[in-house]
Amino acid sequence: MRYIPNTDADIQEMLSEMGFKNVEELFEIIPGDVLLREDLKLPNALSEYELLHHMMRLSEQNANAVDYRFFLGGGVYHHFIPSVVRHLASRSEFYTSYTPYQPEISQGTLQAMFEYQTLVCMLLEMEVSNASLYDGATSVAESALMALRLKKKPKIVVSKSVHPDYRNVLETYCGRNENEIIEIPHDAHGMTDVKKFEEAVAGGVSCAVLQSPNFFGVVEDLEKYGNVVHENDALFIAAFSEPLAFGVLKPPGNFDADICCGEGQSLGVPMGFGGPYLGILTAKKQYVRNMPGRIVGRTEDNNGKQAYVLTLSAREQHIRREKAKSNVCTNQGLCALMATVYLSGLGKTGLRRVSEICHSRSEYAKERLSRLEGVEIRFSSPTFNEFVVQLEADSEKVTEKLLEEKIVAGIQLEKFYPELENCILLTFTETNSAEDVDTLCEALKHAVK
Amino acid sequence: MKSLGTTTLAHDEPLIFEHGSAGRTAVSLPEDATDTSISESSIPFSLLRGEIDGFPEVSEVELVRHFTRLSQWNYGVDTGFYPLGSCTMKYNPKINEDVAALRGFTLSHPFQPESLSQGSMRVLWELERFLSEITGMDHATLQPAAGAHGELTAMMIIKAYCEQKRIRRNKVLIPDTAHGTNPASVAMCGFETVPLKSGNQGILEPDTVASLMDEDVAAIMITNPNTLGLFESHITEISEIVHKKGGFVYCDGANLNALMGIVKVGSLGVDIVHMNLHKTFSTPHGGGGPGAGPIAVKSVFEPYLPVPCVIKDGETFRFDYDRPRAIGKVRSFYGNFLVCIKAYSYILSMGAKGLRQASTTAVVNGNYIRSKLKPYYHLPYEKTCMHECVFTDKEQKPLGITTLDIAKSLIDYGFHPPTIYFPLVVDGALMIEPTETESRETIDRFIDAMIRIAVAAKEHPDAMKKAPEKSKITRVDEVKAARNPVLRWDRSRG
Repeated sequence: MRYIPNTDADIQEMLSEMGFKNVEELFEIIPGDVLLREDLKLPNALSEYELLHHMMRLSEQNANAVDYRFFLGGGVYHHFIPSVVRHLASRSEFYTSYTPYQPEISQGTLQAMFEYQTLVCMLLEMEVSNASLYDGATSVAESALMALRLKKKPKIVVSKSVHPDYRNVLETYCGRNENEIIEIPHDAHGMTDVKKFEEAVAGGVSCAVLQSPNFFGVVEDLEKYGNVVHENDALFIAAFSEPLAFGVLKPPGNFDADICCGEGQSLGVPMGFGGPYLGILTAKKQYVRNMPGRIVGRTEDNNGKQAYVLTLSAREQHIRREKAKSNVCTNQGLCALMATVYLSGLGKTGLRRVSEICHSRSEYAKERLSRLEGVEIRFSSPTFNEFVVQLEADSEKVTEKLLEEKIVAGIQLEKFYPELENCILLTFTETNSAEDVDTLCEALKHAVK
Repeated sequence: MKSLGTTTLAHDEPLIFEHGSAGRTAVSLPEDATDTSISESSIPFSLLRGEIDGFPEVSEVELVRHFTRLSQWNYGVDTGFYPLGSCTMKYNPKINEDVAALRGFTLSHPFQPESLSQGSMRVLWELERFLSEITGMDHATLQPAAGAHGELTAMMIIKAYCEQKRIRRNKVLIPDTAHGTNPASVAMCGFETVPLKSGNQGILEPDTVASLMDEDVAAIMITNPNTLGLFESHITEISEIVHKKGGFVYCDGANLNALMGIVKVGSLGVDIVHMNLHKTFSTPHGGGGPGAGPIAVKSVFEPYLPVPCVIKDGETFRFDYDRPRAIGKVRSFYGNFLVCIKAYSYILSMGAKGLRQASTTAVVNGNYIRSKLKPYYHLPYEKTCMHECVFTDKEQKPLGITTLDIAKSLIDYGFHPPTIYFPLVVDGALMIEPTETESRETIDRFIDAMIRIAVAAKEHPDAMKKAPEKSKITRVDEVKAARNPVLRWDRSRG
């Protein structure tokens, strides 16, 4: 086996140097009755060539965003990832290293994470960031747990226009024990119903969770909701699933969010059929000692030289065990590195530009689609790069017809929101050309008939 | 001294924010015929932001050099021997990276129709079955994103089982050798942790378990082999004790690399186990993640597995969300899919014999280090170990040399240090896990370095206090970092 250097002869020599006759003697520490007597039932080993071909064949059974036109988003976006991102994240000094426990030989990871924390704070206008969590959904759940620890009231308010998976994970993490989660429906404009929101928050809660742009692509009025939350002494948690929106939109930090969290996949991480992704978690400085996850800080070495190190670990499980702020051990270091390279590469002008293109493609599509018969833009509110269309025809049949033309047209919302019958969420990024939009409109025109 | 040209690795690299100049970018974006500026009718101008002060402005070549330089300050498995105990820093095969980068996987969207995702769904379905076979369990889920996440998912399942069966159980037994994530995961589920002392042989004694096991205990969490690298040889008896009182046995599978094809944990009475794909199944650690922490269960827990489950209907795969007893979702979509691809690819490369050979070799290598270093370092438990061994600094402490000094000295010899000060049950632990992917010559060189360090501790203890000296930086001031946290760059402060 090419990954195992020691040959049978090596093993035999090592065993005899230790005073063992054979491997069986070594394994006498295991009770004989539990030792396996036969091989595991697994496929025969493949050579590298056979493996590659097997995997290629499997991968070709999937649609991909090159052979198909994707207008799919809903928390996962097909943005172009420049070659430098993959090349730099493929430096094996980065990807074959562990959590940087030994700072003297981990300054690469540590400085990159310090840069990541800075970039994310700048993008979201927040004061502190951790070195990332698993994904957007777990970041939202961990943020709510932070709020429960800080405010100690067993109620959480969450808008129903927050990504369904984020709400589901929130429910799994926080919906047990004595806690209660109150969901607020959306209004006719696709925004969180402000009256119901006010009533729920006034009932005494630890936090309220809102997402902007929300699952319908709608830009929420964060200032208005934030004021309500703070008047009621709760924490304002602003979530997001499309961080590239903040290339043009004011980020949650501008609206006094206490915690800002969400999914960083858009920032240079492949769609990858759902993962791995990048959980972003940022907060006001005053809450830093309550944050979960790794945090990198700047310090000096014994010679006064600048250095980076994992810090504030008194929060963490390896020190505090059952009293820890969270059980989180790993971050998503490599995905955070991809985001660091991506954001650094875009830079000030590139970020704004990619954000503008996404928005303008979406507005172009919105304008064209609104002229089609049998197609209606469901919500009039401002949106960033995705929006809901209402079809007169059966949305399932329509999307199936479009698939025949290799168009994957959006997400059918009915399974998440029964009230949004025959509604689909359409998404546009810089990878959808104006011609792609025209093709979609043309195909849709025929499909809805 | 500030260098002017291309410099050696020891020189400083400024932060990315301190590079470049106004107007530079490293990416190319489509030039649009149409106007891309935002109109007030689409988004009110009051909601738009200005430019981000301090955001990087670098060209592609500056970007590449910056991160290449940073990478050169890192020590990875590809750089050298990385015997970090309980972390299984084995070689990460390159072909796995290539197959996970195929566009049918990377450019596929989790919301695309199931009919257009059959290749990926087959991988998920088959990998679940491979992992169930390796652990001797009935079902598996790939959703947990990390080991600790797998533990949490498992504890949620036990909790949900108890609640749905209206069984009131509040406690979970956790051995003193357990990883810190165990008690933390248990606490997140609202259970109370009960510490369990291991016996004088370094393993759990059935009598101790029996004395604490009562009708209020929901589960016991056992790491096997435990973090001392020892096989829990009474585990079958312990499982019986726990089961007799209606409790469950959870196995922390962090150390599964010792057992593949040798023992199925399912045959030890284990009801639920988590695995670390980034340890046992060779997927890279990525500088702290992403890993993946699937769990496998006996059929009693199948209804509680998180949604969705992958179902095979004839030759077609589909996701099943209609699972009323499930704990819900623990992560968005279907888990760390591209990590699962690498583990699947690894298992197919190895086959049953290859996996057994991997575990056998890992155990031989672990014992080889144990036996060679025994004359030089204190070994708290003498017996044969599994894939890792634990020494302490007891012999060196009277000379003023601690585990930390030993670890830092290893850096100057070109090795990554072992896990230190863990497990907590031994004072000044040095936990060494060589894995199967290291050659005997590499291991011999490491042993030689450890022996030289033991000698140096007697002859030049003061010099060792300065180690490491060959790395980019020397030992860091952690107290300063925590007391006045500087957690981001700021233009005004630099």
